[in-house]
Amino acid sequence: MKQITVISGKGGTGKTTLVGSLAAIAENKVIADCDVDAPDLHLLVHPEIIKREEFRGAKVAVMDKTLCTECGTCEETCRFNAIASIEGSGYAVNPTRCEGCGACVFTCPGEAVTLKERVSGYAFISKTNYGPMVHAQLNIAEEASGKLVTVVRNNAQQVAEKEGCELILIDGSPGIGCPVIASLTGVDLALIVTEPTMSGLHDLERIMDVTRHFGVGSAVCINKYDINEDNSAKITEFCRQRGIAVVGNIPYDPVVTEAMVAGKPVVEFSSGVVSKAINDIWAGINQYE
Amino acid sequence: MERTMQQNGERMIIAIASGKGGTGKTTVAVNLALSLSNVQLMDCDVEEPNAHLFLDPVIEEITPACTQVPRVNYDLCDYCGKCAAACEYNALVVVPQKEVMVFPELCHGCGLCSLVCPQDAISEEPREIGVIKTGKSSDGNIDLVYGVLNIGEVMATPLIDQVKATIDPEKTVIIDASPGTACPVIAAVQGSDYCILVTEPTPFGLYDLKLAVDVLRVLKIPFGMVINRAGIGDRKVYEYCEKEKIQILLEIPHDTRIARYYSKGVPFVKTMPEWKEHFAGIIDSIYLQTTRLDKNNT
Repeated sequence: MKQITVISGKGGTGKTTLVGSLAAIAENKVIADCDVDAPDLHLLVHPEIIKREEFRGAKVAVMDKTLCTECGTCEETCRFNAIASIEGSGYAVNPTRCEGCGACVFTCPGEAVTLKERVSGYAFISKTNYGPMVHAQLNIAEEASGKLVTVVRNNAQQVAEKEGCELILIDGSPGIGCPVIASLTGVDLALIVTEPTMSGLHDLERIMDVTRHFGVGSAVCINKYDINEDNSAKITEFCRQRGIAVVGNIPYDPVVTEAMVAGKPVVEFSSGVVSKAINDIWAGINQYE
Repeated sequence: MERTMQQNGERMIIAIASGKGGTGKTTVAVNLALSLSNVQLMDCDVEEPNAHLFLDPVIEEITPACTQVPRVNYDLCDYCGKCAAACEYNALVVVPQKEVMVFPELCHGCGLCSLVCPQDAISEEPREIGVIKTGKSSDGNIDLVYGVLNIGEVMATPLIDQVKATIDPEKTVIIDASPGTACPVIAAVQGSDYCILVTEPTPFGLYDLKLAVDVLRVLKIPFGMVINRAGIGDRKVYEYCEKEKIQILLEIPHDTRIARYYSKGVPFVKTMPEWKEHFAGIIDSIYLQTTRLDKNNT
């Protein structure tokens, strides 16, 4: 079984547009949306949820005000500034700052603080017209997005084994941090989507450093390559120096947004230049491997 | 005409966030900073900081950012295992009579292991997670601070907190956040007086915008909207803003000139100076909105 993660470093370069279309082109695969805090792939492939499971990520400190003597030890202990005294109402935990470490629970002399599990999000197993899909939604203002990505990846593996799928197609999140790393570890290929802007080039270099750091093979495609062809040439040269293949250039075309508004993968909405480029990328990846 | 945020004698901290990536947070942050005076611009997208690419800054200082990780004194350790049992992040594993394995990338630096150790065998040592760069834009008008997370590092929040520790109370502070709605975004926007949400009028833009709005409502931070690439997509973002009574502070049209300047790393207010007035006008709108809120709250 092969796993391909589409990532970008910079946000908004077209990861989900590409994954939506690859989901329509590739055969016998599981689609995995690993952008768990701002997922969008469902807007193109319209999953019907079959199974929904609670995700318990980080714990949270809970204060029992009837036991609190307002000694202030918890506030001194907390390294995350998550506990403060509020005038007139004693000490309170700010759950959006609490990392659930339990240090306050340990130091509180009155046993007024306890750690509670919290539901930090939901993981879904769904079916779509393009095959099975696994995805998730982190709850509002929650952390542990990396752990939830790992849950989605485990679900993908299980579904793929059960259904006999040969491919897991993963939509990653922007950035280079915790959820991105969780979506990259152990995959066969990172397909990096970039754009010919100074930011795109800068962020491409950093995400390539990350894939190299974790020993994941990469290939690059340049989206909207024609909005600045000088920069596209720079990106191509940069990839050549790094020994990384550029597997395709996608031209700028308003049809991409039109397809998104229609709620369809662009390859199913139009048979124009963008669809051709994406088909070529898919062919290129299969050849490259 | 340049404006500052000194109305009411107070300077504001304004965060810029979006939900969806690539909607134009950095464009708004940089162009807004260039349209005001006495500004500190803070790039808190420590995974992929970009604001410096548009400002050609002179970097004056680079300081390492660290978190604390446990260090075991084997002369004192009796392998009782209390540290590993206490750690909520599984960052310590005790191999009896042999070693205490520390996994720094899992450690949140809470200090609990050293608190629970009955032998006082655990002290802490700094571990570098990234650097903080401080400087000025090439024209000298903007103080720039940004964090750069080390490659392969997962702990973005402590770096963001350390970037924000350099906030200059004498200046209007503009904070550029990372995309998404999870912990790095919360760390970046928390404590701000106002948040500008930047979106694009598309289904992806709208879906992620709603998530970002929910986050700001939980954090109780007042906010307004900048719609970038106005003219593409559909009208649903506008309908949503009307229904939720969210103020639209500015619309930036879908314009190939602006896109080209962006691609070259040129802030478009520099070549289309009439836009400085539009950006500075955001501040007036924010001021009106927040004073109205204050009145309603008292």
